[in-house]
Amino acid sequence: MMPLASFATGESIGGTLIQRLGDEKLPVEGVIITVSQDGNEIGSGDSGADGKWEIPVPGAGIYQVSLDTSTLPEGVALTDPDKEALSDVKVRDGQSKKVIFPLGEGVVSTVSMYQRVGALFIAGLKLGAIIALSAVGLSLVFGVTGLVNFAHAEMVTLGAIAAYFFHASALGPRWPLVIAIVPAVLVGAGFGWIQERSLWRPLRNRHTGLVAMMVVSIGLSFALRNLFLIIFGGEPRAYPDFAGQPPIEILGISMVPKQLLTIAISLIVLAGVGIFLQKSRAGTAMRAVSDDADLAESSGINVNRIILITWTLAGGLAALGGTFFGLNEAVQWDMGFKLLLLIFAAVVLGGLGTAYGAMVGGFIVGVAVEMSTLIFPNELKTAVGLALLIVILLAKPQGLLGTKERIG
Amino acid sequence: MNADHPMTGVAPEPGVRKPDPVLIADGLQRSFGGLHAVDIDHLEVQRHTVTSLIGPNGAGKTTLFNLLTGFDKPDAGEWHLDGGALVGIAAFRVARRGMVRTFQLTRSLARLTVMDNMLVAAKNNAGEGLWGSLTGGWHATERANEQRASELLDRFGLDHMADEYAGSLSGGQRKLLEMARALMMDPEVVMLDEPMAGVNPVLTQSLLSHITGLRDGGKTVVFVEHDMDIVQEISDWVIVMAQGRVIAEGPPDIIAKNPDVIDAYLGAHHGEAAE
Amino acid sequence: MDWGSVLIDGILATIGPLTAAYAISAIGLNLQFGYAGLLNFGHVAFMLVGAYGAAITVDLGGPLWLGVIVGILVAALLGLLLGLPTLRLRADYLAITTIAAAEVIRLLVRSSWAQPITNSVFGIQGFADSFFDLNPFPASQLYGIGSLVVTGRKLWVMLVGWALVVLMTLLIRRLIKSPWGRVLKAIREDEDATIALGKNVFAYKLQALMIGGAIAGIAGILLAIEQQNVTPDAYLPKITFILYVIVILGGAGTILGPVVGAVVFQFLFFTIDALMVNAQANIGWVGDLLTPAAAGQVKLVLVGVGMMVLMIFRPQGILGNKEEALIDER
Repeated sequence: MMPLASFATGESIGGTLIQRLGDEKLPVEGVIITVSQDGNEIGSGDSGADGKWEIPVPGAGIYQVSLDTSTLPEGVALTDPDKEALSDVKVRDGQSKKVIFPLGEGVVSTVSMYQRVGALFIAGLKLGAIIALSAVGLSLVFGVTGLVNFAHAEMVTLGAIAAYFFHASALGPRWPLVIAIVPAVLVGAGFGWIQERSLWRPLRNRHTGLVAMMVVSIGLSFALRNLFLIIFGGEPRAYPDFAGQPPIEILGISMVPKQLLTIAISLIVLAGVGIFLQKSRAGTAMRAVSDDADLAESSGINVNRIILITWTLAGGLAALGGTFFGLNEAVQWDMGFKLLLLIFAAVVLGGLGTAYGAMVGGFIVGVAVEMSTLIFPNELKTAVGLALLIVILLAKPQGLLGTKERIG
Repeated sequence: MNADHPMTGVAPEPGVRKPDPVLIADGLQRSFGGLHAVDIDHLEVQRHTVTSLIGPNGAGKTTLFNLLTGFDKPDAGEWHLDGGALVGIAAFRVARRGMVRTFQLTRSLARLTVMDNMLVAAKNNAGEGLWGSLTGGWHATERANEQRASELLDRFGLDHMADEYAGSLSGGQRKLLEMARALMMDPEVVMLDEPMAGVNPVLTQSLLSHITGLRDGGKTVVFVEHDMDIVQEISDWVIVMAQGRVIAEGPPDIIAKNPDVIDAYLGAHHGEAAE
Repeated sequence: MDWGSVLIDGILATIGPLTAAYAISAIGLNLQFGYAGLLNFGHVAFMLVGAYGAAITVDLGGPLWLGVIVGILVAALLGLLLGLPTLRLRADYLAITTIAAAEVIRLLVRSSWAQPITNSVFGIQGFADSFFDLNPFPASQLYGIGSLVVTGRKLWVMLVGWALVVLMTLLIRRLIKSPWGRVLKAIREDEDATIALGKNVFAYKLQALMIGGAIAGIAGILLAIEQQNVTPDAYLPKITFILYVIVILGGAGTILGPVVGAVVFQFLFFTIDALMVNAQANIGWVGDLLTPAAAGQVKLVLVGVGMMVLMIFRPQGILGNKEEALIDER
């Protein structure tokens, strides 16, 4: 709901972000901090040149304050990586509550342009890999069914949350993350399967129109997202494994090993998807259904089976993308929705319905978003990605790899 | 064909000049991924005739329709309607200039009544402008249009369905509605894309008489058809396409004996279903 | 559980200015989605630019009436900017672009870059004093029957808000009952067929997007005036989804649908919320299962489920014609 109270009484939460380097204290600028209450975002702000930040709150109460670690400058990290979110910050009437996020362990703060560009490029590839993994499934489903599935976002979130459950939840088995990824991907694939069987196939059988189905997918997305909020809570949580992994240096560029791992595994998986589409019987059938479902049907392909396989694959890939997203950022109830708009950008960039287009588009969008912080403020990087989407639609609506016949 | 027929004396060869052409196309080309869907040097359609366009599956008939009516853009070429150039003219403007088309699959506006289907086709309605709709003053035009629509519906035997939703009509009735709706625009040329597809034999006869009726009422009709019997029955002139090109044209009785046409048809006889 | 107070709160919420604003915004969305078939999933952005257009104009020293005009014009302009590149493309491109554009606009407004104009996340407050100066009712006096009372301040906003609802409904009625509205419906049914009938489909879609956007702008301005406050994070994508539920619930493509939808939705939304909060506090197992915060979020899950169920089982909504919906399933 829209906040009905005005911010008149003057309560606020604030602080100063200082990085300690030995005896030196350096203010840290441009870090985004978000205040929320019960999962609803109250406000957010970023630290100024003096490291100070302040966010007004509507009144006395208990708030959650989180620091977006991805907005920390290169070489600055939280001294306690688990403290990126403070779950109960009490604010009294009229109080300006001060909160401290201890920062330190600065690797090197004198960063050259080369190092900055290099680090952003790696971060961009990592984000691109995550987007590409998630976008391929969306694009394949679009190809075989014509549906733009907004609930794809929640398949991404589900994967991340499932991995968290198997890895870190008090109720789960507490397996190491590398093992927990496997059941998480299976949960995602299973969810794709169930969705197709219990929702989309019956709707197709009822001859529900594509526009109506798109609205249904929006409803599903919204319901699931808020269900995740109820179950998982509003605060972002990091996977304990690999959290606060110290950066390494390759060719003078500082990077975190988990970034490289994300990129490498994603490339292998994406290559596997490519081989599957080209070589396997199901893959070629999938492409045939994408081109012309009626023709495929009449040439003996079981279209419903192929669609089911596509949904299952899409669910698994999205879950893997979500797990990587959670690994590199944090697991949060609306992480998929935040990523969805970038996934759309990737899919449109590559050409709606083409799997390879979605892969290429994913990497381009990822790198563009991260590199944009060289020019634009960090908080606008998502906006840059989305603006890119709109520019593409203006210039080349069929996408880079799409064909003209697909539009209009 | 009797002696005073306008097509008398026109040579039955591809690209031949006609005495009074309403539609002229020159050098029209359209290819999809290297495949020449349409590649026509010169083509004329005589005014006030029923001209049928035939050819095997994939001959480029529907693509030609799309090009002529502005629904697709050619890679090269030009074409004129009644002397006016149509290159680069948007599809809706082509329709306003007097060349109206129908579609292979009927496109009735399902959740509009039959009467509204007709009224929406009327030209020059001030109430269709944003300003005109707010200021009013369009009611007189509306009355006149309703009058005309009723007459047309009557002619097509749909008058008793005027207040029903178009979506509740049978397949054949939708074909009739689509034809009546096209006439509501008072066009010069009516382009019918397979008007008989999926229609039962009884209705086919009725549709055929409507088509010749259009010609007798002063329209030019171009229509795509597969069935040679139907073509024989009502056409004044037949244009045969194969692989994007016009391979023959002439009066129906001569075309039926043309060896090239027989070849083209027999060669692709198995694929005669929907294009 | 005190049923009486739950009911009173529900009714007060239902007749309040928020419902009027939602109804107005839904009227705009209904013109786009219900009549023209446009999938605008960034509707909240039109409310945002309307509200900010008004607030910034006043903030820069202009009078509020000018701000209202600016807000409406900016909202229409947004429709033009979004429509020009996308309305020639297939419907899903408009959906993707509008939802993305809405987020871009919100992120831009809340960014430190825009701080000098929009005051970023802090927003702009206290720009509607001249509206409340016109209030004929003493601001703090209570009006109503029994415990169903509102302050004079609220009564004033409510009267203006519902008057606007009536005005917008009449405007849409006039448009839709005209030949212009008939062309719009034809486009919703079949774009190509309408082009073949000589209609400039692109122009009609653009007009529908702009008019619907301007109406949403009015809704945004009303809400901003009522709260004397605009902040970017009040314009999250979920507002758009709520508006879709309202339009579908009431009956997409019907003149009164958005108003009926807004009233029924708001009543259910607040009643369910009150029930859940009560159940959480008073029923043991519910309290064990849900935290107070989670109990408050159940209603949002139901919004999503409602959107699905309505679209699948009753796409014609409350007022829609069953026959029309069946035809759609051909």
